[in-house]
Amino acid sequence: MDNDQEGIGQGYFDRPETKKRLWVLLWGFCIVSVIAEFLLHRHSYFSEDGIDGWFGFYAALGFASCLGLILLSKLLGLFLKKDPGYYDRT
Amino acid sequence: MIALNALPPGFILILGGLVLPLFRGKLKNLFAIFLAGFGFWYIYQLEPGSTVSFHFLKYDLVILRVDKLSKAFGYIFTLSAFAAYIYAFYEKRSTQFVASLMYIGSSIGVVFAGDLFTLYICWEAMAITSVYLILARQTKESLAAAIRYLLVHVFGGLVLLAGIVISVQKTGSIAFDHFSEHNTANVLILIGFLVNAAAFPLSSWLPDAYPESTPMGGVILSAYTSKTAVYALIRGFPGWEVLIAVGCFMTIYGIIYALLENDMRRILAYSIINQVGFMVCGVGIGTTLAINGTVAHAFCHIIYKALLWMSAGAVLYRTGKSKCTDLGGLYRTMPWTLILGGIGALAISAVPLTSGFTSKTIIMAAAEHEHLIWVWLVLEIASAGVFLHAGIKFPYFVFFAKDKGLRPPEAGKPMLIAMGFLAFLCIYLGMFPNVLYNILPNPEVVREAMPYTFSGIYFENFSHVVTQTQLLMFSGLVFFLFLTLLKRTDTIAIDIDWIYRRGSSRFYRVMDIGLNGIDRVSHNFFVRGITQNLISFGKNAPAQIIYAITLPFWIATGATPSERMNRKKDIFIAVESSTIPIGIGAAIGILLLGGLFFL
Repeated sequence: MDNDQEGIGQGYFDRPETKKRLWVLLWGFCIVSVIAEFLLHRHSYFSEDGIDGWFGFYAALGFASCLGLILLSKLLGLFLKKDPGYYDRT
Repeated sequence: MIALNALPPGFILILGGLVLPLFRGKLKNLFAIFLAGFGFWYIYQLEPGSTVSFHFLKYDLVILRVDKLSKAFGYIFTLSAFAAYIYAFYEKRSTQFVASLMYIGSSIGVVFAGDLFTLYICWEAMAITSVYLILARQTKESLAAAIRYLLVHVFGGLVLLAGIVISVQKTGSIAFDHFSEHNTANVLILIGFLVNAAAFPLSSWLPDAYPESTPMGGVILSAYTSKTAVYALIRGFPGWEVLIAVGCFMTIYGIIYALLENDMRRILAYSIINQVGFMVCGVGIGTTLAINGTVAHAFCHIIYKALLWMSAGAVLYRTGKSKCTDLGGLYRTMPWTLILGGIGALAISAVPLTSGFTSKTIIMAAAEHEHLIWVWLVLEIASAGVFLHAGIKFPYFVFFAKDKGLRPPEAGKPMLIAMGFLAFLCIYLGMFPNVLYNILPNPEVVREAMPYTFSGIYFENFSHVVTQTQLLMFSGLVFFLFLTLLKRTDTIAIDIDWIYRRGSSRFYRVMDIGLNGIDRVSHNFFVRGITQNLISFGKNAPAQIIYAITLPFWIATGATPSERMNRKKDIFIAVESSTIPIGIGAAIGILLLGGLFFL
């Protein structure tokens, strides 16, 4: 077991250049996934021109719903988050 | 002699659990693995349609009812046990093996039970045996959580029992089939099932208790109780529309709390609620496609959720820590745990090429076919949210994030083998789901509605692959763009269990102040107030009346104020000592009689 704590924060994934590369990769995937939609003939499952048939609907849905969920949890966290000893106090 | 296929498969595991302590050393572990494997084979060779029943009192107990639905759940329950016992090769004590074999045996007993009595016995046995997997952690927290867990399940069991008793009284039948009527008995049975499904607001026992279990316990617990409840809902309540709402709420509730949580296994526990929400929703939609989708999703869910609990368990086993604020940077020494657990994280997020993609899609398609646009939308939002909390948050904060200088060794070989096995299944079922579709109750319905070959899923339906990738990539983008909002804090999030953990003492205090307050006010008003006044009225009224009558005479005769005071005192003393001059006494008597006359 390698117990020495040297090199903390100097692993491959901690390096700034790796992080930068990963950001590029992430944005790249997002953009490619949207561009790929140009090649498709998508249609709505629900009606002739339902919103789920709109271009980029799923990208927008993913972005908006996750942001919404994060903000909602952040808001609820103001009331719900307690310190770990909360239940131990009588 | 009983023929081999007359024995319910659950009994095999229960009996095996009783024999297991006789084995020494690693033979114990091997025996448990063998039992799970044997159970799988045993269920495989059971003929659909066969039943075993015996007469008990005036009812027929159907201890074995085999059909495709019960077999599908039987397969996954034994398969998951097989992997869990390989994973638990490190464990030396018998306790957890005995308890878990009986727990798994009981849950298989529920799945193959054809009547409500057998179901109930197995249902309660599950609650009692599973507690040992929490107690085995042997900490103060686990003891307290185990007691709360037991109390909630005893409550749920009693509600179920009440429903069963009323139902049997009314219908005279103990058969466990579809409940169509919306009456008290059936609603009680439904609530009993929903407690085990961890449906809000009967949900907080799960994230309260499971994270306090042992590494092995967590893996096993994550699979059975809630999925047995899903099975029971499929059997009893398909198409009950209330379940759509319950399920949708569970999906979002699970995500919100998973985002708030700091403990990695609590994140996974809330993610169970989120996933079971999809299944409960599928049961509520109730079409053949939805039901088959629910079975498929339960099957895949058990695999990837066990895998996630295994990776979290390995981290806990190696570091003794489970808070995100204490963990981070583990990719450096536990890369295999990360990679295999990561496959589970991708599968739960329904990333293409994984099992979540081929199972959750069926439930979504069922919502589409029924034109339930709002349900579909909530499930899509929830799918994005799953990637956020289970797909990225869990691996990111445990294996990456800030390097805390922890350098634990990689998980042991048996753990990695078990995880590798499940990771393989996650990917295999994502590419060739037909194997799974074949064991569903109605494979032809699924194959008609869904693509089921590799090329069918990934080439002919490429648009779905693209839209799913979009949904997930942009969810991932949000996670990293707003990472500061998700920064971990060393906190817990209070849930419904607040009601019985803190609320009970508050309730006591409110009752104390409320009821004792009423008592005090009543005492002051009645005992001290009215009674005292009545007493002093009775005591002083005659003297006051005499004084009031004689006062004008005194004033008329010109008595000084001090004389009047003295005379007044004399009157009061005279009345008190009953020495009133006869003339005055007679005058009062006449006045009273006169008053009575006019009344």
